Amino acid sequence: MSAALSLDQMLAERRVWRGQPTHAPAPRGLSTGLAALDAALPHSGWPPAALTEVLIPADGVGELSILWPSLAQITRDGGRVVVVAPPYIPYAPSWHLAGITLPGLHVVRAQGRDALWAAEQCLRSGACAAVLCWPAHADDRALRRLQVAAETGQALGFAFRSIKTLSNPSPAALRIAIETRPRQLRVVKCRGAMPPKHAIALSSFSY
Amino acid sequence: MRWACLLFPELALDAVLRRHPSPDAPLALVTGPAHRRVLYAVNTSAAALGLRSGMSVTAAQAVTTTCMLTEYDEEATARCRRLLAAWAYRFSSLVSTDLADAIVLEVAQSLMLFGPWPRFEAKLREELTDLGFRHRIVVAPNAHAARTLANLHDGLGVDDHAMERALGQVHVESSGLDVDVATTFARMGLRRLRQVFALPRDTIARRFPRTVLAHLDALRGADNTPLTCYQPPDWFDEKIDFDHEVELSTALLFPLRRLTSDLGVYLSGRDGGVERFVLRFEHEFVPATQIVVGLLAPERNPNTLFDLARGRLEQAPIAAPVRGMRLIARELPAFVPASRDLFDMRAQQAMPWEQLRERLRARLGDDAVHGVSMQLDHRPELAWSDTAPEKTTAAALADLRPAWLLERAIPWRGPAPLILAGPERIESGWWDSGDVRRDYYIVESAAGQRVWVYSPPNEVGPFMIHGWFA
Repeated sequence: MSAALSLDQMLAERRVWRGQPTHAPAPRGLSTGLAALDAALPHSGWPPAALTEVLIPADGVGELSILWPSLAQITRDGGRVVVVAPPYIPYAPSWHLAGITLPGLHVVRAQGRDALWAAEQCLRSGACAAVLCWPAHADDRALRRLQVAAETGQALGFAFRSIKTLSNPSPAALRIAIETRPRQLRVVKCRGAMPPKHAIALSSFSY
Repeated sequence: MRWACLLFPELALDAVLRRHPSPDAPLALVTGPAHRRVLYAVNTSAAALGLRSGMSVTAAQAVTTTCMLTEYDEEATARCRRLLAAWAYRFSSLVSTDLADAIVLEVAQSLMLFGPWPRFEAKLREELTDLGFRHRIVVAPNAHAARTLANLHDGLGVDDHAMERALGQVHVESSGLDVDVATTFARMGLRRLRQVFALPRDTIARRFPRTVLAHLDALRGADNTPLTCYQPPDWFDEKIDFDHEVELSTALLFPLRRLTSDLGVYLSGRDGGVERFVLRFEHEFVPATQIVVGLLAPERNPNTLFDLARGRLEQAPIAAPVRGMRLIARELPAFVPASRDLFDMRAQQAMPWEQLRERLRARLGDDAVHGVSMQLDHRPELAWSDTAPEKTTAAALADLRPAWLLERAIPWRGPAPLILAGPERIESGWWDSGDVRRDYYIVESAAGQRVWVYSPPNEVGPFMIHGWFA
């Protein structure tokens, strides 16, 4: 009876939506470092082996600072963080100050479609613990490729995109939108739970 | 001592077929002077059409027109022998190519490592089949006997006693003696080696050249002249010539795979890796195109090498149709396998970072993957570099710095921003004519962005944007 699935298993895999928040033990993800955000997410942290989409209105609104505690944790544990085609120079002194061990940080220079290819390769390889990318003109299919690659390579994928893409459907496991006035973030979508209705405040000046 | 003889009965043919995309198509090797071209060797499907080696080309063309004729290249065959010797060197330190059409290697010492002979033999056969060489294997207490027995047997293993008997059965024609000597023996009524061995030594010495007695002694193991042992060269240089001009780069992939896997075989034979190799594409009228494949760390996995070479090949412009392809590797440092943690948590099929990095570099360019490190300089644009950081980390900076730095500062546009912090004077670099005097501020734009801006000293504005606090 291989076709029959046990109910427990389906609940554990979060394939059944039960209508109300449950307290089934989900595999713990890597903590985001923000207690309020952890509490709102089903894995008490970033969804493991999945793509997370961060939607931003403009550059420089604290989009990296929400990742820094977890990236610092990854590099401290000897993991590898790869930044694929960043929009600006990752400024080493600041990343160091945020607690990131610089030998664990790698930057890939690429443009356009090559950047998407590189991000997918990094996610799929299993050699990287976290991959940051900026798929500006990526469509639904490209994002799905990234999501599948993250599942294959057991890596955390972070895609930074414009808030204008908020209304587009996305295969990402978690979507977060950052707002500036006031500084807060909203969970737009999180797989396996209802997104919380309230916004989560970001610290007023967290670099 | 115990010698294994690997006999390659069809080496010349295999040297061509193994690089051929369709080895089952009828094919014959042609040799001889222009006025008398004869077939040197034919493959199975050509033989089925009625072709035989030794047939003249005109006769062959009368029999069939579907058979492909290729020039017999003695040099290519010799290269294959060297490759095989390099391959065999992995299994034994005593490898010799002295004996015709064969490679002999001393296996008694290798049995400890490679297991009992049946398993060792299976391994040899499997790898030779993968490499694309037909072969016969015989083991005997001495190399010459093994070579002679390989003329008749395959998979035979004999000890001292059985060797005498097995050698005795061998016909003189296939005993490795010169043809006229063998004919003379046959005419004397001596058909098998047993009868020749029974002759008194002095009669043989009187009637035949000295080499005959030497050969007979060598067969019985009485001759202790050592064989010249193969020493692997310090570089790899292999070449494939095409019969016609290749115009599609996809058609180059099959020969490229052969070359890189030969390189892998050669490298594992000398327990080395390759750090840099050159692919040369030869053309008819224009100078050869070179593609240099550089790696950050020594590598020897054939698949990785092929992937990298293919990545470079797909990117590189090739000036003209290709007549020949050559792979040259001169820098062959020692190979240190990457150490992996036994309790590594990463997925099973995970690709090592080194391999991923080389793959990215192959497609995106040599400098596409870099680290970031801090430099001890107060000027923001010089306080970072794209080199991999040293082990010692610089002292942490106390001042707030933005996560993103702009490559080149851009002027501030729009309404005057809200100043959150500053000014911070950065004044440095007078000694290397990169003089910098700026007042830095942290400001917030109307859209809520945190920006790192600077203005000329002692002035608040006009601002230049130099970074984002992200």
